[in-house]
Amino acid sequence: MLARRIIPCLDVADGRVVKGIHFESLRDAGDPVEQAARYDAEGADELVFLDISASPDARRTTLDMVSRVAETIFIPFTVGGGIRAVADAGAALRAGADKVAVNTAAVRDPSLVSRLADSFGSQCVVAAVDVRRTGGRLAVMINGGREATGLDGIGWLAELASLGAGEILLTSMDRDGTGTGYDLDLLRAAAAAVSIPVIASGGAGGLPHLAEALDAGAHGVLAATIFHYQGSSLPEARAYLRAQGYPVRP
Amino acid sequence: MIAVVDYGVNNVKSVVRAIEAGGHAATLVTDAESVRRADRVLLPGVGHFGQAMRNLAAAGLDDAVRDAAASGRPVMGICLGLQLFFAGSDEAPDTAGLGLLPGWVRRFETSLPVPHVGWAEVSASASGRTHPVLAAVFQDTSRFFYHVHSFHPHALPDEAVLATGDYDGPFPSIAGRDNVIGAQFHPEKSQRAGIDLLAAFARWRP
Repeated sequence: MLARRIIPCLDVADGRVVKGIHFESLRDAGDPVEQAARYDAEGADELVFLDISASPDARRTTLDMVSRVAETIFIPFTVGGGIRAVADAGAALRAGADKVAVNTAAVRDPSLVSRLADSFGSQCVVAAVDVRRTGGRLAVMINGGREATGLDGIGWLAELASLGAGEILLTSMDRDGTGTGYDLDLLRAAAAAVSIPVIASGGAGGLPHLAEALDAGAHGVLAATIFHYQGSSLPEARAYLRAQGYPVRP
Repeated sequence: MIAVVDYGVNNVKSVVRAIEAGGHAATLVTDAESVRRADRVLLPGVGHFGQAMRNLAAAGLDDAVRDAAASGRPVMGICLGLQLFFAGSDEAPDTAGLGLLPGWVRRFETSLPVPHVGWAEVSASASGRTHPVLAAVFQDTSRFFYHVHSFHPHALPDEAVLATGDYDGPFPSIAGRDNVIGAQFHPEKSQRAGIDLLAAFARWRP
């Protein structure tokens, strides 16, 4: 029996955890190493670290910060932001990441996903996808949500899976930071389109939202705002989901 | 002191940290002589069975690990490290494994997603419940451990299956015989349950 995963996410810009709404209006949410230690102590199932200023600023992932976070936790650790080549991924893994997330670079060069899977195994490759509903379409956005791609969200997920991605981290830009719940139609469509795990992201504002995402087919739920600011702790989230009958770690 | 064999796989440092978090000492070793001198040996592993065996052989580490096992010292494998203990694997059928444990390694046969990734509930078998390394960790309950794998041990004699997980059917998640033990999961990524297991290995006197 696989436990459903509850995954806090550290969006990191300029060495600080930040969180915004619709990827904008960022506000400070603390020191990445301290936050990582807290989430590990609270029993997070994984931790995701996204260097959200890496792609727009054309900077490499902040590897020293990645190392310091990796040294404080005993859970799987995904690092994304600014990974453009197999060598970048190798550097993140050597710094202590267990998986790498690719987003913008995968759109610009889809073969990167296959090359990463060939080099490190599919289980190492998280395809991060940011989508925004635009005129009845699910538009794939890149470059921190600043740039539209013309790709259809669901079609792109299927292509990522066939390229060798091990899991999908699917963020609804429309819901990001709003606390109004995950985009459940998006999750249902994604879960139907790919057989690899889909991690729901964007919109969690309360513990029932986590359960809704799992019902919609997500294998795990990623959240930032509720754990950073809104007082819901990971033990509370686990207790809630367990009481609702979901398999979670004790 | 646990010698953690570093043969070019990622994230061996996290194994050392997890051993240290349990209050024991570990050191990374890269050469056969260090493995021969070690009083206990841990073989981690992520990657491809064939490539891993070639890396071990290139440094003479395959024979050094075999010698450690033959001399009765405690030897533990993690993930691919455990898989290397068997006779071979479907992942590289022409490459012989270390042959420390009876059995073979095969790919999951399931319609569920492969690799099997995540926190899987693991239960000790009858032989596992009385095993010194498992006894302190499992007590009367199952534990969750973080698994990432497409292949798993298969066709083991029952007494070598110390604990099982379930993914569209049971699979051996901890296997062992005599002074050799291995976990299909990553104890170094499994928080307290994993730290406890590594600490129990560090104390083990088979």
